[in-house]
Amino acid sequence: MAMLNSLGFILGTTLMYATPLLFTSLGGVMSENSGVVNIGLEGMMTFGAFAAATVGYFSGNPWLGFLAGGLASGFLGFLHALACVTFAANQVVSGIAINFLGPGLALFLSRKFFDGATMTYNLPIEMKMPKYFNNMLPEGTFVRQVLNQDISVFMAFTLVLLIWFLLYRTKLGLRIRAVGEHPKAADTLGVNVSRIRYLCVILSGVFAGFGGASMSLAVASNFFQTLISGQGFIALAAMIFGKWKPHGAMVACLIFGCAQAMTIFIGGTGLRVPQEFLSMAPYILTLVILMGFVGRAVAPASDGIPYIKDES
Amino acid sequence: MGKFIKRLFSGTIGVTIFSIVIAFIMGGAILLLAGYNPVQVYMVMIEGVFGKPKNMAWSVIKATPLIITGLSVAFAFRTGLFNIGAEGQFIVGSTVAALFGYYLHLPPLIHIPLVFVGGAFAGGCWGSIAGYLKARFGIHEVISTIMLNWIALYGHNYVVGMPGFARRTNISCDIQDSACITLFKNWKFSEVGRTWFGAHPILRDIFKTPLNSGFLVAVLLVILVWYILNRTTLGYRLRAVGFNKDAAEFGGINVKKSIVLSMFIAGMLGGAAGALQVMGVARNISTLAAMEGYGFDGIAIALIGNNSAFGCLFAGLLFGALKFGGARIQSPPVRAPMEIINIMIGTIVFFIAIPRLIRMIIRWREKRKGDGDA
Repeated sequence: MAMLNSLGFILGTTLMYATPLLFTSLGGVMSENSGVVNIGLEGMMTFGAFAAATVGYFSGNPWLGFLAGGLASGFLGFLHALACVTFAANQVVSGIAINFLGPGLALFLSRKFFDGATMTYNLPIEMKMPKYFNNMLPEGTFVRQVLNQDISVFMAFTLVLLIWFLLYRTKLGLRIRAVGEHPKAADTLGVNVSRIRYLCVILSGVFAGFGGASMSLAVASNFFQTLISGQGFIALAAMIFGKWKPHGAMVACLIFGCAQAMTIFIGGTGLRVPQEFLSMAPYILTLVILMGFVGRAVAPASDGIPYIKDES
Repeated sequence: MGKFIKRLFSGTIGVTIFSIVIAFIMGGAILLLAGYNPVQVYMVMIEGVFGKPKNMAWSVIKATPLIITGLSVAFAFRTGLFNIGAEGQFIVGSTVAALFGYYLHLPPLIHIPLVFVGGAFAGGCWGSIAGYLKARFGIHEVISTIMLNWIALYGHNYVVGMPGFARRTNISCDIQDSACITLFKNWKFSEVGRTWFGAHPILRDIFKTPLNSGFLVAVLLVILVWYILNRTTLGYRLRAVGFNKDAAEFGGINVKKSIVLSMFIAGMLGGAAGALQVMGVARNISTLAAMEGYGFDGIAIALIGNNSAFGCLFAGLLFGALKFGGARIQSPPVRAPMEIINIMIGTIVFFIAIPRLIRMIIRWREKRKGDGDA
């Protein structure tokens, strides 16, 4: 019984911590499948987390907050698209710029709205993302331990399905992948490369914003300076780890989430393992898995290459 | 004259200057929107950097590690690698420097170089792990260096808390005096020193800061990196691999070895930055809750410096000044958020990413002028 309890705790915590990563990682999947490298996920996620917590606090409605997180990061996504698509920028450089702009704007505005503090005020429980299944699941059972989650968790995993369907089962998805693999060929067949890339990069911002929002409105209950600290980069790594595929990214995010859960779990059992080594484990594990099982990663063929339409 | 300006602005330096100007305008606009007086904020910032000799010394101190992490990223860029891992290499360098600095008891003439080389070498090894993973397993260096950054951070935190090394919670013991590179560190507090500085108030002001020889080392490293990249066969070989891997291989260059070596050198630079920070400014290491950002700032510096060694020197100094001057605007009477600096840095990098925009503007102006003539 105790064993089942522990397992329930680990699985539940895994899902909780995988969610923000998963949203953001899916953002990366969208952008990079259309051929635009998005290293700015970290900055987008931070700005989204801030916008969500702020709008959530002032409106008292978590859904408005969640949406605001997506829109705010969508704006950064638009900037990235403007640079990468319209001005054929170096995409890595533009992404780095986003990583300065996002946290910069978030902290600047936070000081403005919250009396000079770099954190937003705590949200009371009723202003956080709701747990709809709270009352449906029987008290004290394994199922409840695993599935008593914030609604954002279920949204993230639904989004995996949706994006998988979009990319591999629809005409638009085929176009997106064509633009990422061979934009010139797609262009010749009448696909509007710019429009597809704009769409994907803005969506990638929106999803990263949802990732940030699920951090500040569900996992934590406010935004603060170190809330995101590197999760955007981990989501980026998870996307590469998952070979640029939505379901691959999901598996990678679950591994990171599980490692986080194990850290908390083992930390709670009183086993004499230094906490630092536990925290280190997921990163070492990732490298080992990449060395042994995954092999060479294959990005979309035109990922990172600006497409300049012939003007003649 | 017009021709000269046109040529300047269509070149890389022109794009950089243009971007910096835009960043100041954007920063001003955002400050204005947020209800601050941008002129006043910028005045405080400039005053904060150039107002007193002490402040200028502080800017240089702040710039020192950034110049070197910038060099690390730029070196990797030039050899075709993207070193996000300068952050982790910095951390490993500072950890090893703190350990060597505390546990070894040697005369300064041996101790200082040993601590420096130890930190740099540790950073180099850390960097070469990413190089090896790329060469042997094809793991993209972006993903491996991100992982290595976190492993370094937690390893660092473990070392800080080691029994015997922790002075109190979250802070390690100070390094020995013999490993410290702060200029005149003892003399300036001695009887003689005090009287001497009493007679020279400007110098007293400057040496109130932990001014150290780290900046000189940074300048030497700038020259060294420039020399290696542009004047040696080693630099040529590494750049050839970055330029065209297949051609380099065809030309008889061992590509895999070159990748590992490039990352080793980039890592050494990152580690050197960390070591100098401990030896010159911090003197100990403390638990990190999150990345400090030296490596990430290094990426921006490399980009603003156009990946050239001397470019990193200037971009690093600009950063140091912005960081120190930026912290000043938070205090009364201005009370503006210092994060405006990050927004400005982001804007600079953003416009550097799109040189096409600037060239488009120039072309558009020419066209308009042409129409006017006709």
